[in-house]
Order: sequence, then C-alpha cells, then structure tokens
Amino acid sequence: MRISLFVTCLADTVAPEAGRAVVRVLERLGHEVEFRPEQTCCGQLHLNTGYQAEAAALARRFVRVFGDAEVVVAPSASCVGTVRDFYAGLAEGDPALEGEVAALAPRVLELSELLVGRLGVEDVGATFPHRVTYHPTCHSLRMLRVGEAPYRLLRAVRGLELVDLLEADECCGFGGTFAVKNAETSAAILADKVRHVEETGAEVCTAADSSCLLHIGGALSRSGAGVRTAHLAEILAAES
Amino acid sequence: MKQGFPAAAHEALGDAQLRRNLWVATHTIRAKRAAVVAERADWEELREAGRTIKRRVLRHLDDYLLQFEQAVGRAGGRVHWARDAEEACRVVAELVRATGEREVVKVKSLTTDEIRLNDALAADGIDVVETDLAELICQLAGEGSSHILVPAIHKNRVEIRDLFRERLGLPDLSDEPRELAEAARLHLRERFLRARVAVSGANFAVAETGTVCVVESEGNGRFCTTLPDTLITVVGIEKLVPAPEDLEVFLQLLPRSSTGERMNPYTSLWTGVTPGDGPQEFHVVLLDAGRTDVLADEVGRQTLACIRCSACLNVCPVYERTGGHAYGSVYPGPIGAILTPQLQGVDRAGTLPYASSLCGACYEVCPVKIDIPEVLVHLRGRVVAEAPPSRSERAAMRLLAWVFASERRYRLAQRLGRLGGRPFVRGGRIRRLPGLGAWTDSRDLRPVAGETFRDWWASR
Repeated sequence: MRISLFVTCLADTVAPEAGRAVVRVLERLGHEVEFRPEQTCCGQLHLNTGYQAEAAALARRFVRVFGDAEVVVAPSASCVGTVRDFYAGLAEGDPALEGEVAALAPRVLELSELLVGRLGVEDVGATFPHRVTYHPTCHSLRMLRVGEAPYRLLRAVRGLELVDLLEADECCGFGGTFAVKNAETSAAILADKVRHVEETGAEVCTAADSSCLLHIGGALSRSGAGVRTAHLAEILAAES
Repeated sequence: MKQGFPAAAHEALGDAQLRRNLWVATHTIRAKRAAVVAERADWEELREAGRTIKRRVLRHLDDYLLQFEQAVGRAGGRVHWARDAEEACRVVAELVRATGEREVVKVKSLTTDEIRLNDALAADGIDVVETDLAELICQLAGEGSSHILVPAIHKNRVEIRDLFRERLGLPDLSDEPRELAEAARLHLRERFLRARVAVSGANFAVAETGTVCVVESEGNGRFCTTLPDTLITVVGIEKLVPAPEDLEVFLQLLPRSSTGERMNPYTSLWTGVTPGDGPQEFHVVLLDAGRTDVLADEVGRQTLACIRCSACLNVCPVYERTGGHAYGSVYPGPIGAILTPQLQGVDRAGTLPYASSLCGACYEVCPVKIDIPEVLVHLRGRVVAEAPPSRSERAAMRLLAWVFASERRYRLAQRLGRLGGRPFVRGGRIRRLPGLGAWTDSRDLRPVAGETFRDWWASR
C-alpha cells in the first residue's frame, strides 16, 4: 500500500525520531511511504486555543495537500482526531470543503489504527528487550478509541516486558496551550502521571502521541529517575 | 498578573489538605459510579434516550413551558416568570413577605444558589436555613459550595467537627460521622417543625402534568416539601421534561451517575396543591437568567440538557486538583466551564473555557451525552472573537498561522528556532526559556532537532 506520512509539525521539528520510525516500520512491512513536503500543521493548536479562522485555513491546506492520498498515517492521535472530529465543523458553510473533508477524514489514521485495524498486523517484527509501560493518551483512548491495538502491537514485540501503569487512562495534563495558560494545574496533573510512571519500574514510557510524550518526558528528564520516553513507532521500529 | 481560573487554581493547588480531601472523595464516587453503570447492559441506550428527550424539550421549549404553566394552574399552584436573578429573588421575597414569616427552610438547590437567593432574602430580613447537611456545613462555614452534589467535598470530618463545635455550640462533639449527623439532625428538626415556608429547586418539572420532582438522599428535602404551609419552587426553564414517563429514563441515569447508587433514597414528586395534605399554597418561579441566550447558540445549547449529576466533576483531572471554588461559580468542573461563560457572558468568565486539557473524560461519563470538549472549543472561539485574551497571544497565533501557511516560511521558522534555542540547550534539553517560564518552571523542553524530519527525508 502507498501510505502518505503526516509527520505533524511537532514531530517534524522536535521529535523527528518518531517520524523516522514510522517510515522504518511501514517499509519493513513492505509498504511504500511518501512524504509530501508542503505539509505543515493540522491546525489543532489554533483550533484548541480559539482561533478558528486560522485553524480553518490550515484544515483547507491539509485537505489540499493530502486530498488524493490513498491513506494518511500520523504518529499522533490528537492530530488525527482533529482531522476526523473537528474538520467537518471547520468546513461548515463551505460545501466544497465539507465534501473533501468527508471524503478524506476516514482515510487519516493513527499508526496503531493503521497497523492493527487496517493492515491487520500485530507482529511487526520488532525486538525491544526492555521494561516498558504504555500511557494511553486521551485522544487515542477517548477520541479515536484505538482500544487494545497499541497493547497488541507491544505484546508482539520480542523481548519487551509490558508493565501496567496505575490510573493509565488519566490525562498527563498537556492539552496544548492548557499547559501554558494553566501551567500550575497542568504541572500538578503531570506530577501524578510521572509518579505513576516511575512506580512501574519501567525503563521506557511509550504512547501514541509525540506531544504527550514531550510533556511527560519533560518532567521525567527533570526528575532524574532515569525513565525515558519513546514513541510507540520507535519501539515497533527497533530491531536488535 | 493571573486572573480568573488560573489565579483561583493557584490558591487551591497550594492547599495540600484540600488536594487530599478531593482525591479521596472523587476517586470514591468515581469507582462507585463505574460499578453501577457497568451493571446496566443498556447504559448507552439510556444515555441516548436521555439526550433525545432533552433535545426535544429544548426544540419545543416555548410550548412545553406554556403547557407546564397551565398544568400547574389546573392543579392549584401558580407560575411566576422571572427574566433574571433579580426578578426571581424579588418574586420569592414578595411571596415570603405575604405570608408574614421571617424564616424559610430550604431544600438543596443550585438554581437558588445561582441567583443568590439567600443573600437577597437576608437583605429583606428573612432568615434562610439550608437543610441539606452539606449545604448546612457550607452555610455555617460562610463558604460557597464546591461540588454540585457534595457541596462540602472540600472539607474532611475533623474540619466539620471543629465547625459544628463552634457554630452549633457543642464543645464536646467528636468527629464520628454518626455524631456529626446527629448534631445536624437535632439542629434541623427544630427548624422543620416550626417552619411555615419552604423554598426548593427542582430536578425535573413535567410539562404535561405540572408535577415537580426533587431527588435527594437525606429526607430533609421531603420535610421541606411536606411540612410547611407554603412551598416556593424555583426552576430553571431547561429543567422540563415532556411527560411523567420520561422520568423513568432520568431517574435511572441520575442516581447512578451522581452518587453511584442504583436508586437514590428519596424521590419526591408533587403536583399542585392537595387539600388537607402538604403545603396549601404552591408557587413555581420559572427562571431564564441567560438560558434563552444559551439556547440561541447552536453548539452551546446542548449544555442545557445537563441534569446536574456531577459525574463530569468526579472524573475531571482539573477539578480533582483545583476543587470547585476555583471555578468562581455554583457550577464548577467541566459543566461549569461551559455553563457559566454562557450564562454570564464570555467576557466575564473568559478563562473558564480554557480550564480543561480537553481530555474528554467528562464527555464519556455524561448521562445525557453533552459533548463538553466540543462546547469548550466552541466557547474558546467565542472568547477570542468577543473578548480576546491578550494582544500578544493574538499576534503570536496569527504569526504562527502565517508561518504554517507556507512551506518556505515553516522551514525558515524551524531554522530560526534551532538557532534561537541553541544558547539555552544543556545536555540536549532546555531547562529554562525566557518567555516560556510557564512551561519550563516544571518541565524541560526539547529543542528543535539538529536534523528535522523533513531534512532527514530530503537527504535519504
């Protein structure tokens, strides 16, 4: 299958290893990956901060860039959720765009959705001999409802020991500009998440969203307890 | 300078006792709710039914309100219409004054808290006694409620013992829940027996029959609705349901969502006046106070379907850390974050729609399927349009949109970000970045990668 990668502005800029890993995994499975360089941001930041006109312009751009793609994959559940759940609202009043959004949105998938749901793969041939805990990000859990897919992928990784995270389905406190506008509340939520991650004794905390990992990782690196973060794609790309 | 929610949250976050009280309380109710909801195989169908009934009510609200007014009249009661809080308080004060009484007992009611009825009546020389245990605690402490269902959730029993010792004159009281409840019972019974006028809110009001429904746990509400001669009920216009059989849906959704019980201990229903039985004078004050404005907003109107169960508070990561007072309104938590700005105006409560990480836990538990994250995002749009947070934010967001609109500018911004951030990078991390202290005060930031993804792709 020819798969178009929407790397997301965040991964492109500060976490490119997640994007590279998506490419490695998909190519190893025999798929062709393309990257359309005109892509920038899905508009989630603007949308969630209240700048709907700006977000609508970025939605329009996204649809123009990816409109003819067979399938689009992103290492971010929240960016995929923005396209699938919010683009229709942003397109309201523009019938042409509404139609394009309706056609494209179902073909935009988060990585575990693509692998398990669409391609029917659980064992991607990865080896990662480490103790890992998985944080189900809010938008993968409650917006995209990816369910068991990431766990299935992780359980099939050779050498990987998956440990349960206490209160796993609770938010890490990121929420985009929430982390800045309500920094103290965000930090209080994050502190509990990080404490639970550290209590697992895991070496690595993984998730389907680079943004949440950036948030969790920012506190983990400061606490100095030695737990590191890795995007789900990085673990699935790992070979011994 | 912080204002609004972030400022109020700052105070709450510094109160370790409050954080512990909230953690224990919210996690207890959360687990109870999850257990009783899981018992129902048809929970999703019930939620859908609840949402559908409420949507019908809102679509035909004008008809249902008139139908309700006629039905109450037929049953011997009287309906009064109140445009705003002031008018509602004036109507109630006049009705109380007409009885010649100076004291009223009150059933726990958010709507009367919303319109600050107690203060208005006090200004008129009328004493109001809150009869719900938790409301009584708040009243004695001179504090507002901090939770829709459990107004004193912010207090533990030692704090309540100390309050009762001082305010009820019981110096030897222990912190045993039984003793505390007994002290409150004795204090309240006396007032029930002498009260001639009661004020209540309503969980539901039935348009077809004019029946009013109050759902509670203690039975104190039923004392108020049965013993006095005069009963005055203040109802928000959104509380209507079309017919008595619709209660079947809500009386299943509400207790499971709110207290985590299959059924609440007391469900009181009354229709007008019954000669020789209960209050002989019955008044309903139908309150608008901003609700028709909410109804006019196509995205926001779903907020009016709320049945005040508080399930969204109990699962909210923000509420759990800040408590209810931070929301500056009788409606705290996620529902407050969307209801208050709509009732008061986004210019007055503009920080509330941002008091959420949009994690979606609230939407998942809402018994009438209010898409709270959708309304939050919508209201943020209204804040930016009607009462923009700051010039610098607006400028930054426009600049960023301009950058994202062009691949060339976007690549340039990546390069500038890499160069600009370089002096702050220590060991691959940025530990402090001027202008972004809100982030770096508590977490590290990752710098722009030495090789962005697109650079890597181009060099493959």
